[in-house]
Amino acid sequence: MPAHFTLKPSFRIQKMKTTNINFIGNRHIALIFSGVLSLISIISLATQGLHMGIDFTGGTLIEVGYQQPADLNALRQKLDAEGFESATVQNFGTAKDVLIRLKLQEGVSSADLSTKVLESINKDVATPASLRRVEFVGPQVGDDLAEDGFLALLYSSLAILVYIAWRFEWKFSLGAIIATFHDVIVTLGLFSLLGLEFDLTVLAAVLALIGYSLNDTIVVYDRIRENFRALRDKSTEEIMNISVNVTLSRTIMTSLTVLLVLVSLFFLGGETIHNFALVLLFGVFFGTYSSIFIASPAALMLGISPADLMIPLKDNSDIAHLP
Amino acid sequence: MQNHFSLWKNISIIVMFLISIIYSLPNLYGDDPAVQISHIVNKLTQAQASDIEATIKTTGAPLKTFEFKNGKVLARLTNADDQMKVADLLRDKMGNDYTVALNLAPTTPAWLQSIGAKAMYLGLDLRGGVHFLLEVDTDAAVKQAEERYNDDLRLALRDAKIHYQAISKDSGFIKITLKSADEKPELLLLLNKDFHGLTVKEPEAAEQVWLQISETDAREIKKFAVAQNMTTLRNRVNELGVAEPVIQQQGENRIMVQLPGVQDTSRAKEILGTTATLEYRLVDTEHDVQQAVSGHSPIGSRLYYEKNGNPILLDKRIIITGDQIVDASSSSDDDGRPSVSISLNGIGASKMGKLTQISIGKPMAVVFIEYKNETRIVNGQKVRHKEKVEKVISVATIQGVFSKRFQTTGLDSPQEARNLSLLLRAGALAAPVDIVEERTVGPSLGQDNINKGMMSFIVGFALVVLFMAVYYKLFGMIANAALAFNVVIVVAVLSMLQATLTLPGIAGIILTVGMSVDANVLIFERIKEEINNGNTPQSSIFSGYDKAFATILDSHFTNLVVAIVLFAFGTGSVKGFAVTLIIGILSSMFTAITGTRMIINWIYGDKHVEKLSI
Repeated sequence: MPAHFTLKPSFRIQKMKTTNINFIGNRHIALIFSGVLSLISIISLATQGLHMGIDFTGGTLIEVGYQQPADLNALRQKLDAEGFESATVQNFGTAKDVLIRLKLQEGVSSADLSTKVLESINKDVATPASLRRVEFVGPQVGDDLAEDGFLALLYSSLAILVYIAWRFEWKFSLGAIIATFHDVIVTLGLFSLLGLEFDLTVLAAVLALIGYSLNDTIVVYDRIRENFRALRDKSTEEIMNISVNVTLSRTIMTSLTVLLVLVSLFFLGGETIHNFALVLLFGVFFGTYSSIFIASPAALMLGISPADLMIPLKDNSDIAHLP
Repeated sequence: MQNHFSLWKNISIIVMFLISIIYSLPNLYGDDPAVQISHIVNKLTQAQASDIEATIKTTGAPLKTFEFKNGKVLARLTNADDQMKVADLLRDKMGNDYTVALNLAPTTPAWLQSIGAKAMYLGLDLRGGVHFLLEVDTDAAVKQAEERYNDDLRLALRDAKIHYQAISKDSGFIKITLKSADEKPELLLLLNKDFHGLTVKEPEAAEQVWLQISETDAREIKKFAVAQNMTTLRNRVNELGVAEPVIQQQGENRIMVQLPGVQDTSRAKEILGTTATLEYRLVDTEHDVQQAVSGHSPIGSRLYYEKNGNPILLDKRIIITGDQIVDASSSSDDDGRPSVSISLNGIGASKMGKLTQISIGKPMAVVFIEYKNETRIVNGQKVRHKEKVEKVISVATIQGVFSKRFQTTGLDSPQEARNLSLLLRAGALAAPVDIVEERTVGPSLGQDNINKGMMSFIVGFALVVLFMAVYYKLFGMIANAALAFNVVIVVAVLSMLQATLTLPGIAGIILTVGMSVDANVLIFERIKEEINNGNTPQSSIFSGYDKAFATILDSHFTNLVVAIVLFAFGTGSVKGFAVTLIIGILSSMFTAITGTRMIINWIYGDKHVEKLSI
């Protein structure tokens, strides 16, 4: 008998059996939960707004590094004395790194600002700070970046709406957009509530999140479409339930692998990539949730039925006129 | 026969894999700190190259290799300190006409270079350097053109002996008032012949003609202003000694400048951002300066101030402007005072020639004009304000008739002479530019970013591999092989395209690692389902791949659409993210579907299989 290699039992994970959870029947619970979440998010976005980074507001950001932990108070006093009252000073990542932010200022030549700030904090210091990063965004560029970002959101939504409507059906298309918007709004709401900075990389992450969330939703829709055609004796609700259940293990597995890399990115990727990873962590979590709990009920409530996806049976019409 | 790939299919997958490996190889080799020396115009000769080599050897810095190719010298050194030392020495010795640039020369072996394999092009956030976005004030260029037309019209009318009462600029029009309406046909003929760029409008007043720069002409002027600025910036950047500068037009009136490896940003900004131009004007010695100071400037003159604050009256007519300067270099005059030698182009030379013939002994002033930009907040609105600073930097008596070449003296220091000549040599900018965005990354942060990116990639990759192997056993291992293949392809394609890899780009690759196993998860779950439905292992594999395919296509396609939109609208590092995401999605579809299928067919295909390790 040939040698048999299997993984040790202790290494085994309890495999997921195909579940039979009544997701669709209990959709009201999820809808209320999501409704409340979305409402909180919208209220927070409306009242508190997003803490926009300099990419969109314009301004100057200077990151400097010290050999030893930096004395932030001394730095603040120094900047005050030099006339940079609006500067905010904080640690960035480690105690040795300092981030200085400056708003667009009246009467100060904006491009020279970073040079002046660096000069003033290095005045009369034994071990000068080393410049790690300068970002200066002029007001016009900030407006342009914000406009481009908005357009990117708009066009990607439109492109997807059209694609899904073409490949599936408009009710699915709308359902997918609803689920995706839910994810985006809740993620942005969390960002707003936590007061995290929203910059260009974060915007990129939001777009990537749209792609991911749709990917998840489409896998479920795809199965619903397939089952609409295969299981003709079952109700729409039943078919949806079956489809969500059979794709459940895949939905969770994929989310887990993506979460694994995101956790790695979040903890090891450094400060600049921190919020990027965070958006995607939130987003993947909600994206997974919405593709299970929101996307299908949304399509159901828009009145989807197997008839919408029937392939016209040409063969029948060919036979019909035969004697 | 189920689960069998034809020979050509196997071979083409393997060939593709091998090509990807070869083209991703250069990324494993590092860089040498190097110094690159070239002449601004000519190619270096062998003798010059030997001189340079000898000069480098005097520093005692160990030279790794010394290459002389295409009239350029590339000297590889062992460390960055030596690199700086050698570059400083060479800059002192070689003078203004040579470019001495710091460079990181890849150590890719010759056989890889010969097939065009290069390492990925790292963005500024990874290698360190400066990124500037400059905005050209094209409206100012049009205004300048209006001014020029104004002067040229006076000259032309005088030459053609058309008598005019006044030529004035008023609300976008140049208004010519003739002495009598009889000369109007003559004027129109002249305009039609020599001033194509102007649209003629005849107002009610019979002796008047209104002129306006035509829309096409204005567009041309704007385009030209941007183009000339690009050229100028290129020249200036060459003066800075940067190895691989990127200068690109962005949109209608913006220019992106990327200077990898530049650390002294204040100097770079000084050189790039200041728009300086010169105007040569005659000094008005006939009128009283003090009267002008108290507010009564004589007609035809304007009040200026010298550097020391003394008022001076200058003729309103400009002799030449900075854009007629073709070359300028700093030197010392006979008395050892700092000076700038200037050469003019044809138009400038003839204007200067004409003037100096009739003006020997008269003082001529050089007005140095700088445009400084400020952003002010007025009533809560951001308003960009441009300040024109005019200063008379030298007043010199015209000693003789000259046209093409002459010297300007009276500068404070050799440093000032050098800076001025640098700005002038690079050509005066046709229109003022304004730095509207700056992103500088220090070298230490760049290396940090690379390290962090690599670390999170390795850990993320390892976690996914472990997870897949534990959950899907043999099939998981196969998916892992495909995942590794996928990463190799992404790196190879990025290297081939020389697309810019940024930190978000690395994040994109890491994200791809997490998402690209999705296709395999879909397939494997489907295979499991088929087995649970009582199908044989062979047919389960077959229909698992078959049924999952449409789903994978749809779900990946929407992802791709988003990535493409991101690419279209993103800038800088975000674009880098979109690029890796697009490449990752496409290649993952290939590796996760075709790659895994090949291996599974090798293992299970054409055999009697009882049970799958899934």
